[in-house]
Amino acid sequence: MDTSTIQQYTAKDFKSDQYVRWCPGCGDYAVLNTLQKVMAELGVPPHETAVISGIGCSSRLPYYISGYGFHSIHGRGAAVATGVKVANPKLTVWQITGDGDCLAIGGNHFIHSVRRNVDINVILFNNQIYGLTKGQYSPTTKKGYVTKSSPFGTIERPFRPAELTFGARGTFFGRTLDVDLKSAQMTILAAAKHKGTSVVETLVNCVIFNDGAHNWLSEKETRYDRLVILEHGKPMIFGKNNDKGLALDGMQLKIVTLGENGVTENDVLIHDAHCEDSTLQLKLAMMEGPEFPIAVGVIRDVETESYDEAMTNQIAEIQAKSKIKTFDDLIDSCEQWEM
Amino acid sequence: MSNIKTTELENVVVRFTGDSGDGMQLTGTLFSNLSAILGNEISTFPDFPSEIRAPQGTLGGVSGFQVHLGASKIYTPGDEADVLVAMNPAALKVNADGIKKGGVLIFDEDSFKKSDFEKAGFKTENPFEELNISDTIQLIPAALSTLTQSSLEGFDMDNKTVLRSKNMFALGLICWLFNRPIDQAIHFLTNKFGKKPSVLQANVKVLTDGFNYGNNLHLSVSTYTIEKSHELPKGKYTSISGNKAAAWGLIAASKKAGLELFLGSYPITPATDIMQELALRKDLGVKVVQAEDEIAGITIALGASFAGQLAATSTSGPGLALKSEAIGLAVMAELPLVIIDVMRGGPSTGLPTKTEQTDLLQALYGRNGESPAVVIAANTPADCFHYAFMASKIALEHMTPVILLTDSYLGNGTSLWKLPKLNELPEIKPNFAKPGMEGLRVTARDEVSKVRYWTIPGIKGFEQRNGGLEKDYSTGALSTDPVNHQKMVDTRNEKIEYINNFIPELKVEGNEKAELLVVGWGSTHGHLMTAVNAMNKKGNKIALAHFNYINPLPKNTEEVIKRFKKVVVCELNSGQFATYLRSKVPGEYLQFNKVQGQPFTVTELEEHFEGLLK
Repeated sequence: MDTSTIQQYTAKDFKSDQYVRWCPGCGDYAVLNTLQKVMAELGVPPHETAVISGIGCSSRLPYYISGYGFHSIHGRGAAVATGVKVANPKLTVWQITGDGDCLAIGGNHFIHSVRRNVDINVILFNNQIYGLTKGQYSPTTKKGYVTKSSPFGTIERPFRPAELTFGARGTFFGRTLDVDLKSAQMTILAAAKHKGTSVVETLVNCVIFNDGAHNWLSEKETRYDRLVILEHGKPMIFGKNNDKGLALDGMQLKIVTLGENGVTENDVLIHDAHCEDSTLQLKLAMMEGPEFPIAVGVIRDVETESYDEAMTNQIAEIQAKSKIKTFDDLIDSCEQWEM
Repeated sequence: MSNIKTTELENVVVRFTGDSGDGMQLTGTLFSNLSAILGNEISTFPDFPSEIRAPQGTLGGVSGFQVHLGASKIYTPGDEADVLVAMNPAALKVNADGIKKGGVLIFDEDSFKKSDFEKAGFKTENPFEELNISDTIQLIPAALSTLTQSSLEGFDMDNKTVLRSKNMFALGLICWLFNRPIDQAIHFLTNKFGKKPSVLQANVKVLTDGFNYGNNLHLSVSTYTIEKSHELPKGKYTSISGNKAAAWGLIAASKKAGLELFLGSYPITPATDIMQELALRKDLGVKVVQAEDEIAGITIALGASFAGQLAATSTSGPGLALKSEAIGLAVMAELPLVIIDVMRGGPSTGLPTKTEQTDLLQALYGRNGESPAVVIAANTPADCFHYAFMASKIALEHMTPVILLTDSYLGNGTSLWKLPKLNELPEIKPNFAKPGMEGLRVTARDEVSKVRYWTIPGIKGFEQRNGGLEKDYSTGALSTDPVNHQKMVDTRNEKIEYINNFIPELKVEGNEKAELLVVGWGSTHGHLMTAVNAMNKKGNKIALAHFNYINPLPKNTEEVIKRFKKVVVCELNSGQFATYLRSKVPGEYLQFNKVQGQPFTVTELEEHFEGLLK
């Protein structure tokens, strides 16, 4: 792409006239702003942009984007988005969803859209709580956490969205933190450019029902000690002073400190998001604190034929071969007789 | 040959029965198609178990295919069989009640042995006496297995494959019995097995031997001829199942509307054929997504509708239940969507392969909120084409979900279909937002018809946000305003009600001055019409008003119903349409209901009507 081209759109072009109604301080605002910036940078005009959602706080987002939007029903955003994209592959289709919408009621549609590799960009807002129904635990709520529907702590094991995505043979997985705008923008842009289902888990804060769920990560002073921003082809270096790195110790990841015990940048792993084999990518996606930093950025990004592309290709192939070109040909093709 | 009597028949019912692996569906289809080519009217009804292969020779595995051939207008696959073909004692036992007095039973002697009797639960070795039919029917025993084996002697086939052809021996015998030349059957077989020459050769050999067997043995039964029908309009015909006809109706509608056809669906008996038929039609640009579940089937389709295509989903009762919320979304978002429900016995999993009309109230009311949708129903297998076409036309022109009710009997049954040409079909004009309307609100609509304008993603200037939340009538913004909600509810209702300006009026068939009006809807038309005609022939005064458009009802519904003193609503449920009619046109309605997973029989209808006229 010629980078000298002047950007045709600004974030403002993707703002609708609707008043944004999230709670003050909600992490969703940051994602909305990032998304509008990415849309502008991507350069797809608003009328070729379709934003589809299910139900939940984050699923209100389509109302705030100036393109075509469809706020559907709980859990079904992935299916609706699939229909939109397969019907018109020229559209850029975004699916906006939350941890309850995507992974509980919509779990089936989520894994199957990922499996099919429909070219949609899934922005999964993970605040580990049901916000719109006012504070019940979700499939990503940490075990033991007290919510209105788990007054004595949840006894459920949470899902990890990365694991589900990888398990469904996902071709793209990225993660962002609401407050780290730069890496978020980079990740969401890469997701939009990826052909196939792109899953971006955005860690967002619910100020009302689960305030501080990601605090360990978000706190300014320690943020970059606890976060590793992965970029394809670059060494996995992190830390406020860029002095920590990830390396392999047998089959396991370990943290090394540059300059200690003769460790240099050469000992640090280089991120390969394009590697077919997802073993290392999954390990990176599954890192948890406090031993490890949390990985954000593009963790996996492999190219393969998308579902909508395969559908278009198969239709073209059959149309070239078949003698049936029109409805009347179809009628002529059937066993028939004069009466 | 000379001592064989030939009887001319007005119409005849043949039922082929055997194990579900015996090929009875194919045999029946071939026989009905070749009869149609010879100029007969046909109506068929397959009756098969939901088990793919139940244990051989047991009652649970019996599969049947009934064919009704006629020289004049026939409306049903017939009640009792003039000829029953039974490949084993279980098939006989299941179908013994369905043989006419004086009818013919052709059975496979080789499969009427002690162990076969036991498997079918007979206590003795004389099933005919045990079933009390030995004096009332003519028996034609034929050692089908042995005869097929000797027919295929010298063929390089294993015994199992050889025996699979015995249905062709039975077909040959039936062709002889009805004086049907077998060339046409051979032509069909060539089309079916052309790519497998050895299978084709074997089938043709057995078929021919079966025919000659009848011819040479001088079996002491009379053979039959059925005159050509002279009542059908001249033209080209085929025999088509309801499911295939419905699929083709959708295709025709998409072409007429200038849109691509998109089906989101999930396999479910007895509707799956619709999806399979459309999956074949990539050459016509049809997109089919086999979804992960029923809900995904309809929501994927709704996504395609949002994107501007003619979108449909196909299902049966349990699937319709799962799709309720999404139909509500289509109502709220005012998007076009066709939902075809091929009804089966319920509730729950119920009787998956059997027929019922028990989803009517679900289709009308099975959603949360005030959620009006159009509901229509087809009469015959062939007119599933017309009603699928009309369902699409109404959906696209009135921006609403339309539920088309067919059922297992229509979906799997076949009838004659006069082949249409695309240019003979009505125009379809979707209510697109037009150039000049740029910037219009998502709720913008034609103020007379209340039809919302359809804006298609990809087109500049019409960007809108739609969804399941209530919207303000004028601005399209989200709204919980009480007065506005009332207005939107009323608007959505009026939009559906207004459609009665575009649907045909209710017709009265039979005697206009009748003492009894029979009311029916959907797939019972054939049985009701036959019974009404028979009653009138006997000098009674009886009429039929049959509904295809259920919501909205035809404009003249009340006027028609009030014309008759006595009205009986007949349906294959416990009275759902009667309940609905009472709410729309209050009055006294008698009911005749049957919920047995089977169509009405003409006989039971006539008996009931006679009772009402006394």
